Amino acid sequence: MTAVTTNPAAETLEGSSARRARITGGILIALALLVVFVLDVGAGSVATFKLTTARDAVQVGDLVVPGQFNYIAAAIIAFLGARQFLRGGGKWTSLSIGLGLALAVMAFLVWATADKSFNLTGMLQATMVRAIPIALGGLAGVLSERVAVVNIAIEGMLLAGAFTGALLGSVLGSWLGIVGAVAIGGLFGLMLAALVVTYRMDQIIAGVVINLLVLGLTSYVTSQVLAKPEFRHLNNAEVFRSWKIPLLGDIPVIGPMLFNQNIFVYGALILVAVATYYLFHTKGGLRARAVGEHPRAADTLGVDVYRTRYLHVTLAGMVAGFGGAWFTLGSVGRFDENMTNGRGFIGLAAMIFGRWHPVGALMAALIFGFADSLQQKLALLNTPIPSEFLAMAPYLATIVVVAGLIGKARPPAADGQPYVKE
Amino acid sequence: MSTSIGKRELDETGRKLLERAMRGREEFEDLVIVPIFAVIVALILGALVMLATGVDLETIGRSFVALAKGSFGSINAVSETLTSAIPLVLAGLGLGLGFRAGLFNIGAEGQILMGGLAAAIFAFSFPGLPSFLLIPLALIAGALVGAIYAGIAGVLKAATGAHEVITTIMLNLSSYLILIYMLKRPYVQVAGRSDPVSKSVPPAGELPRLLDWLDPNLRLHAGLFLMLAAVAFVWWVLFRSKIGFAFRASGANPDAARYAGMKSGLIIVAAMASAGALAGLAGAAQVQGVLWRATPGFSAGIGFDAIALALLGRSHPVGILFAGILFGGLEAGGRQMQVDAGVSIDLIGIIQALIIVFIAAPLLVRALFPWGFARAPKGGK
Repeated sequence: MTAVTTNPAAETLEGSSARRARITGGILIALALLVVFVLDVGAGSVATFKLTTARDAVQVGDLVVPGQFNYIAAAIIAFLGARQFLRGGGKWTSLSIGLGLALAVMAFLVWATADKSFNLTGMLQATMVRAIPIALGGLAGVLSERVAVVNIAIEGMLLAGAFTGALLGSVLGSWLGIVGAVAIGGLFGLMLAALVVTYRMDQIIAGVVINLLVLGLTSYVTSQVLAKPEFRHLNNAEVFRSWKIPLLGDIPVIGPMLFNQNIFVYGALILVAVATYYLFHTKGGLRARAVGEHPRAADTLGVDVYRTRYLHVTLAGMVAGFGGAWFTLGSVGRFDENMTNGRGFIGLAAMIFGRWHPVGALMAALIFGFADSLQQKLALLNTPIPSEFLAMAPYLATIVVVAGLIGKARPPAADGQPYVKE
Repeated sequence: MSTSIGKRELDETGRKLLERAMRGREEFEDLVIVPIFAVIVALILGALVMLATGVDLETIGRSFVALAKGSFGSINAVSETLTSAIPLVLAGLGLGLGFRAGLFNIGAEGQILMGGLAAAIFAFSFPGLPSFLLIPLALIAGALVGAIYAGIAGVLKAATGAHEVITTIMLNLSSYLILIYMLKRPYVQVAGRSDPVSKSVPPAGELPRLLDWLDPNLRLHAGLFLMLAAVAFVWWVLFRSKIGFAFRASGANPDAARYAGMKSGLIIVAAMASAGALAGLAGAAQVQGVLWRATPGFSAGIGFDAIALALLGRSHPVGILFAGILFGGLEAGGRQMQVDAGVSIDLIGIIQALIIVFIAAPLLVRALFPWGFARAPKGGK
């Protein structure tokens, strides 16, 4: 995505970096004030975080955090902010922001759970699960935008994958359901590639159109066919159960989060690793990135720009199709109209947040998943903060990142531009 | 050597002259023939989709008859078509204006929600005002809030270069949550309801129905005049006013516009805000004319359909008006189709998407129907 267009009137390089340092410093100091005054936990109260449940093989005691933790957190955030504000910039910027936000989130959790107890491991496990479709959507975005094809159609590809997964999964079994979802995702990827590479349609329009088309097709078939009683069995697939890796799955906290999950979580982690290796450590990946940065140069050196784009956008569609299958085969087993509900767009945000890197997209997806599951758990804790604002936080954070207020996200240079071979 | 260059130049001039002569023909093709082909092919493909899902031929025939009857076949059908077209055209005008200025605003959906919410809140806050004040003021409140909400994306783009596609998508996602949050405030929520629904617009704030003297069930409301006025106004702004020229210039060539002394940042913010005002007006018209209250997600995808509309109408106000009537007709006819032939209204979504595929990729239509066009498509256009 061309998130940051050059605006020659706006800034010189030097001035912008100093300005950014001041902005980040200001934000951190504001955060520290927020923690001290709003998230003020009485010194006497404690927050209890449960790390294991009674059923776990290895037992760990509860994590008990006294209320003073928040003052210490605020002090550290304020120090980071002041340092950033006065000296500013450099490689410390992202680290300070990351650390500051992490501390603020911890302080928030302590405040929310003060004098109560809270199943931390359960929330982390939910975070992982909720992050998966977003991470796969983000990975699909990385794959296609690295070859300079803007992919707004991720939402539609997820939806197509979810639908096919449910339909084929009901008829042929869940494994073939996944295969079908991947194939359909790839098909829509191919369609996007054909529209934007061969027919040179505007990339954003092509994406919007595919989203509309998939939404129309899946909703139509669902209400026309699957809703009828005699066809109900076509929308009732078996869900993949979680599969615990021996030994590793018994590690407290990390075990349930990473090693006691279903195939989609493992699949996503493997795909992210493979994609990272492919994009940054192989010849093919180098060529793909060259096509995204400077297609003319890549073409001159003998890389087939059109074929590279076709291939990677199709691959992106397959990844998104797999992510889509999560909604049905990894979660509820049946398809509902528009069940992806904007998750593809959040995946796109995760890609930008993760700076067009697979691991970055996964990390961003985890943050989004965290906010999502936190929002659900907070309802149980009765905090005065409306859950809507918490749910909104990732979107606002994305806007802040895209605006370049914190750190700068640079898209592939040729992103969004069609290439015409001479 | 020199002769060959001379020959090439001659060829060049000849080609340019030819092109100038061809231009009228080509514009006609792009504006009229391509859309007509697109609609026909989309309807045929829609029939194929029905066949594929086990609908028999007779029912397909019946559903197309119902589609025609439900969209333009009776006074009730026309009323429904125009009622559906009103918010579509208003929002589509905003998007078209943005496209002309080179801005791809995906955020109409959120701007509609915010505008409609503002209109509802304003209307039930001042129930004592007479109609001739309350109706326009509530509409203005909607337009204003829509403009501010879209303006966020505009300011961000102008100040930092943040791409409007991403920011407006994020603003859309946020708007659903803001709406639900606002609908749960005691001041906004209807007394005695636990689900998020706003208080009703007082009768004085409702847009009057135009045809209730014929049949009280005809829903066509005075938003129709608002829509027509907006079409005329946007046409005047785009093609007759100075700011419209600046919009089009910076859309066609931002660098040239900047060198000509136009303030690019100001133009971006103004274009986004105008687009948001029109979308907010669409939301307000929908709330004051049809729904009479705000509920979660009351925009029902109008903002996304409006993108399709603006593309179909080639971002020209009159084109958008016709496209809006077409989409409104599909919408109204689709409901009839569902009742008469038992075919799900979601089919309309497929047809609309297909129309846009063919409209947005004229090369594809030309490849499919080479005989409909004066000359073969040349690559590289």
